[in-house]
Amino acid sequence: MKKFFAQAYLWLLLAMLYAPILIIAIFSFTEAKVLGNWTGFSTKLYTSLFSGGVHHSLLHAIENTFIIAIVSAVIATMLGSVAAIGIFNLRNRKKMIMNTLNNIPMLNPDIITGISLFLLFVSLGITQGYATVILAHVTFCTPYVVLCVIPRLQQMNPNIYEAALDLGATPWQALRKVLIPEIKPGMISGFILSFTLSIDDFAVTIFTIGTGGLETLSTYIYADARKGGLTPELRPLSTIIFVTVLVLLIIINIRSQRTQKLKEAK
Amino acid sequence: MSDSNFIIELSNISKSFGDKTVLDDVSLYVKKGEFVTILGPSGCGKTTLLRILAGFGSADEGEIKIGGVDITEVPPHERPINTVFQRYALFPHLNVYDNIAFGLKLKKVKDDEIEARVRRALKMVGMTDYEWRDVNSLSGGQQQRVAIARAIINRPQVLLLDEPLAALDLKMRKDMQMELKEMHKTLGITFVYVTHDQEEALTLSDTIVVMSEGKVQQIGTPIDIYNEPVNSFVADFIGESNILNGTMIQDKLVRFMGRDFECVDAGFGENAPVDVVIRPEDVYIMSYTDSGMFEGVVQSCIFKGVHYEMLVNTPDGYEVMIQDYNAFEVGQKVSMIIKPSDIHVMKKERTTNTFEGKMVDATHVEIMGAEFVCAEQQGFEGGEQVMVEVDFDKIDLMDNKEDGTMMGDVRFILYKGDHYHLTIRTEGGDNLYVDTHDVWDDRDIVGIKIQPEDIRIKRA
Amino acid sequence: MKWLSNIFMKRSNWSIPYFIFLLIFVVLPLVLIFLYAFQDADGNFTLKNFSKFISNPEAANTFVYSIGVAIVTTVLCILLGYPAAYILSNSELCRSKVTVVLFILPMWINILVRTLATVALFDFMRLPLGEGALIFGMVYNFLPFMIYPIYNTMQKMDHSYIEAAQDLGASPMKVFTKVVAPLSMPGVMSGVMMVFMPTISTFAIAELLTMNNIKLFGTTIQENINNGMWNYGAALSLIMLVIIFATNLFSDDEDQAANEGII
Repeated sequence: MKKFFAQAYLWLLLAMLYAPILIIAIFSFTEAKVLGNWTGFSTKLYTSLFSGGVHHSLLHAIENTFIIAIVSAVIATMLGSVAAIGIFNLRNRKKMIMNTLNNIPMLNPDIITGISLFLLFVSLGITQGYATVILAHVTFCTPYVVLCVIPRLQQMNPNIYEAALDLGATPWQALRKVLIPEIKPGMISGFILSFTLSIDDFAVTIFTIGTGGLETLSTYIYADARKGGLTPELRPLSTIIFVTVLVLLIIINIRSQRTQKLKEAK
Repeated sequence: MSDSNFIIELSNISKSFGDKTVLDDVSLYVKKGEFVTILGPSGCGKTTLLRILAGFGSADEGEIKIGGVDITEVPPHERPINTVFQRYALFPHLNVYDNIAFGLKLKKVKDDEIEARVRRALKMVGMTDYEWRDVNSLSGGQQQRVAIARAIINRPQVLLLDEPLAALDLKMRKDMQMELKEMHKTLGITFVYVTHDQEEALTLSDTIVVMSEGKVQQIGTPIDIYNEPVNSFVADFIGESNILNGTMIQDKLVRFMGRDFECVDAGFGENAPVDVVIRPEDVYIMSYTDSGMFEGVVQSCIFKGVHYEMLVNTPDGYEVMIQDYNAFEVGQKVSMIIKPSDIHVMKKERTTNTFEGKMVDATHVEIMGAEFVCAEQQGFEGGEQVMVEVDFDKIDLMDNKEDGTMMGDVRFILYKGDHYHLTIRTEGGDNLYVDTHDVWDDRDIVGIKIQPEDIRIKRA
Repeated sequence: MKWLSNIFMKRSNWSIPYFIFLLIFVVLPLVLIFLYAFQDADGNFTLKNFSKFISNPEAANTFVYSIGVAIVTTVLCILLGYPAAYILSNSELCRSKVTVVLFILPMWINILVRTLATVALFDFMRLPLGEGALIFGMVYNFLPFMIYPIYNTMQKMDHSYIEAAQDLGASPMKVFTKVVAPLSMPGVMSGVMMVFMPTISTFAIAELLTMNNIKLFGTTIQENINNGMWNYGAALSLIMLVIIFATNLFSDDEDQAANEGII
């Protein structure tokens, strides 16, 4: 009985959480310009999204979003991993200072990060565009990479790096052959986290993207929504994004559960 | 049986997790005020048994009574039992005082009485003036004391202790052992103590329950268990011992290491295969003389603090472990004497592997879930149920698990003086007993192979 | 180049590039907010930006209203999220890990997409956009951020604490009030941080959910920056920073553990 109520509560909450997304998904299969009008089943919105029937700028925005996400995630992963190794080997006060500095971008609300970087770029007279957006994204992504990598370093046997040196590896070789393989899982989750954070970001992007006509998906949706309407093609696009994320997350979870079971079995 | 003589009555408890049997028909009766230790290697089911007693797990079968009252279905918070947890489980959000007072506050005991009792409990565990300390700031030993105080303040009928000293260092452990023993005497509560440390069990307990593989192997006083182990597992697990294959020629005469020895055991029948246990301190060693019972050459000699531990090889190829206050040089020829009363003879639990199997065809038999090639059989039909026997020394173990007909892992290693007796757990959960001269380690994964002519098939 | 490779021989020095990066892109920008806030358009020191905020009833009202919305959202998220997190972490009530994933999943969808979906829902149900939609949208957007840290703390809670409480005579109800609830407080605190902060600082969400009828403090800041009023905008940002710093003081350092392993 208790279990029944508990389950019912969970599903009620889930229904609330998913109702909006579900509505978008349903209405992505009709042609009506205004959401809420059902003009019969059609996949026209999907075909026009992929065949370039949509407004040109939406495709550009999608492309920009992905380029920015990949570039920022790569830079953040490299910068963050090296930094994590450094921070892990720091002592006392220096370590505390670095940890505090690393926490600031995560604790700062997006709007503050956005405005502060905006002020930085205008004071330095830097024209805003691709480069500034990427720098901004690296700023808020790197702390998460650091946080993903440090636990791996803590789990690592502290002697294996020394063992590599002892066996004749140069520090560079020891890094490549011993340290990086050890922290790789942390780097990968740091990369994935950075990538999704970058794709999702709106608040920081809007302040650092400048007025040169560059648009990402977020700023496109924002501008579009402000004009009063929602480009119908955004419905299939949101649906696709949603389904992709859903499938990915479920796969990742089933996989991690399976490895955990394997571990327990041993 | 339900005489109120016993405070704890555990009858026929069985428990499985999935298809793994953790407790197999365990029964245990504890007298009021006793200090009982459940002893066994990790994974033997001792903690599961304790958790069932405390009410954190339920048994699949069996009955639990405390003071004559059936509490099988009673939830843990209503049982007259308190537990000292393995890693103490002190509530991190409460200070020492509130941790100890937790149980009394739930019972709505008056504040001034709580205060008096907390102080008494703290005094009892030697932690006076620690009331207001944060539990996270305490050392392991101090947390241990608080955990004990928290449990005993409720005046339970039974106190359960789940490896309470495992996390402490050696010296601290010795001190706490003495204090626990003292506390048990003062409180008069029944203690049920779980440990894998045989020395701890011998030091503390009135009664020891030795468990292995989910079964009770032996119940007895420390002296009984040490001097009269019922089987080779107990003999090997408690203290050091020489365990050898032997044959009971007749009453009071046993043959092992290639010669006959007088002993005091009887009732095994004539020419019965037996296990012989001799404690290393019971072998008298001296420079070579004619008056020894047997002789050998010293292989190694190590100083162990009080005594020397020596390994001596006999001419017949047996290795005997000996403890003595005098050292003998490596390579020296020595003579040895064993008193009849120091030879402990145990019935062999098994002399060969027996399985239920099924004929596949005239040259194949299925046992333990795998198909083995056997010598051609006459008069058996395919699918017929049969009994299959394989001798201990006729099973080959391979390094690569792929090389065997099936695989398994090494669960228990017994040195028998001139060979090892291994227990192998197969994939399907069957036990296979193997005699070998090769050295394997615990939990090694091995391939298992049996030559066709070594498989004996009988009608079921 | 030799001196450079010597510096990097020592692994602790590997933090230097990131240290420099943090100085330029985190510390310096925050200092700039501070400087801009105390300057007028010509770069002279002034307190005018702050006095303008206090004397301007519209801005001050927006500020108070935003805090109100943030508090209401946070409280609603705790009320809805705590039972959910408790059920999810209790293996007797909820066995499937997939349900947990379903609750976390919305965190990974673009916030604007989520907001537009809420707008779509209200349109579809013919409900008016406005205050109700704003609160629903906020709760809808941030509820997972409340559930996750609480769930995580409860999940990691050593089960032996619960057993110890039972052992000492606590009924299931008492186990919850005396042990589970206090021990899950760090999770609640970090959930509060993760919900309160973004609610108080969002700008686009409110705009879309209320057809720009209700303004939140974030919107005010954004409008001022967009209109070139950088100094005033910086002053307002500084005020928000102070608020956030103040809420931060309420939560301990221990809370960080609650957010570990967010993916």
